Amino acid sequence: MKNRISWRVATVSSARWETASARTLVLDVPDWPGHLPGQHIDVRLTAEDGYTAQRSYSIASAWTPAPSATGAGSAGAPGTVELTIQRLDDGEVSPYLTDVVEPGDQIELRGPVGGWFVWREKQTAPVLLIAGGSGIVPLMAMIRARGEARGRQPFRLIYSVRTPEDAAYADELRLRVRENPGLDVHFVYTRKAPDGWPTPPKRIDVAAINSHGWPPDFQPDCYVCGPTSFVETAADILVALGHDPKRIRTERFGGA
Amino acid sequence: MGIISRGFGGRRRESLPGLPPGQYLTHDFPVLSAGPTPRIPLDRWKFTITTETGEKHSWDWKEFTALPAEEFTVDIHCVTKWSKLGTTWKGVALDTLFEDVESAADYTMAHSYGGYTTNVPLDDLLEGKAWLVYEFDGEPLHPEHGGPVRLLVPHLYFWKSAIWVNGLQMINEDEPGFWEAGGYHMYGDPWREQRYQGD
Repeated sequence: MKNRISWRVATVSSARWETASARTLVLDVPDWPGHLPGQHIDVRLTAEDGYTAQRSYSIASAWTPAPSATGAGSAGAPGTVELTIQRLDDGEVSPYLTDVVEPGDQIELRGPVGGWFVWREKQTAPVLLIAGGSGIVPLMAMIRARGEARGRQPFRLIYSVRTPEDAAYADELRLRVRENPGLDVHFVYTRKAPDGWPTPPKRIDVAAINSHGWPPDFQPDCYVCGPTSFVETAADILVALGHDPKRIRTERFGGA
Repeated sequence: MGIISRGFGGRRRESLPGLPPGQYLTHDFPVLSAGPTPRIPLDRWKFTITTETGEKHSWDWKEFTALPAEEFTVDIHCVTKWSKLGTTWKGVALDTLFEDVESAADYTMAHSYGGYTTNVPLDDLLEGKAWLVYEFDGEPLHPEHGGPVRLLVPHLYFWKSAIWVNGLQMINEDEPGFWEAGGYHMYGDPWREQRYQGD
């Protein structure tokens, strides 16, 4: 139990930009125990003089099963964890992870942490995911996990972004909507909509959640992640529409 | 010391005496909770201490706000690494609520509207260490931050300060609450960085 949550050394194997300010780091973690979509990790950075800083980040990748001792050729194979980090201009850790880190560099992490804001393959209820900005990250892990497990649970994602350029994973989401039956994605644009979009930019509202979510009597499992005010609004709308508060899981994030 | 991350200098944010290890200072007030914010009408609000023998001590809103209250300023520390220094609250000390409670139990489980629970040893609630608060910064406590009433145990990580609190159950043996059952530390001392099980 004690080792479950010890610090591990992770090596950056590759990195890619998702938007102009969000970057995905692919990390090799040789003794990674596996995780569930929705869980997060703590990252620890240490400067040469011993100064350290820690932050929590949601995991973006689908689960990785623990390497099995008898696994077909994969015994001891390195685990992989992907993080998508949104740069906060006044942050201490995120600008380092987006702008400085390069493949080959090492950071420390521990986890996975959290057993509440997670989706498990055995859940059979329809799922409604509501993301505000970089709140998409743990929800993307759920979409990927469903896709990789060829899950048939009906999934709907409502993804609120300022402009089309701010949407992370846009190409992958388009691909998954085609290739993963039962997955629907609806974008809400708050500042600038793409050309030809039927409605002017607006914040997430009752109409968006009513039209693109599930009716409450379908008893969906709802996951809402984003900045505090966004989560408050979306969760309040779900409750007002008649969703059972016990089926609404929320994750709010602040800055830094 | 951990491995060194190449090129990481850190911003050397405020290193203040009030800041526990691993924490950074925030000036806003982030919200952390697991579900939607319940709205509790004051005429339906009630707080109950239940002893290990089942004896109940309850206060409705009128009775509760008639109790002697204190205004005080403390630092708060969230397990997600933010700390907020010098926050001002108004509320009733748990000492006041426990005046007529007879109990031999050493532990409590706090219960909230919405179903949240968290365990706190009784010693950590008494002798001026904890309050039930209903004002923050001179204003009624906003529902987002646990209003109308939250528990405030500032010397422990903030998840112990149950929002929307409605009761304390006295228990003889320590039991995990909501986050503790999910791997968080049973006690949660920020100065000893007791974030997760095994810390």
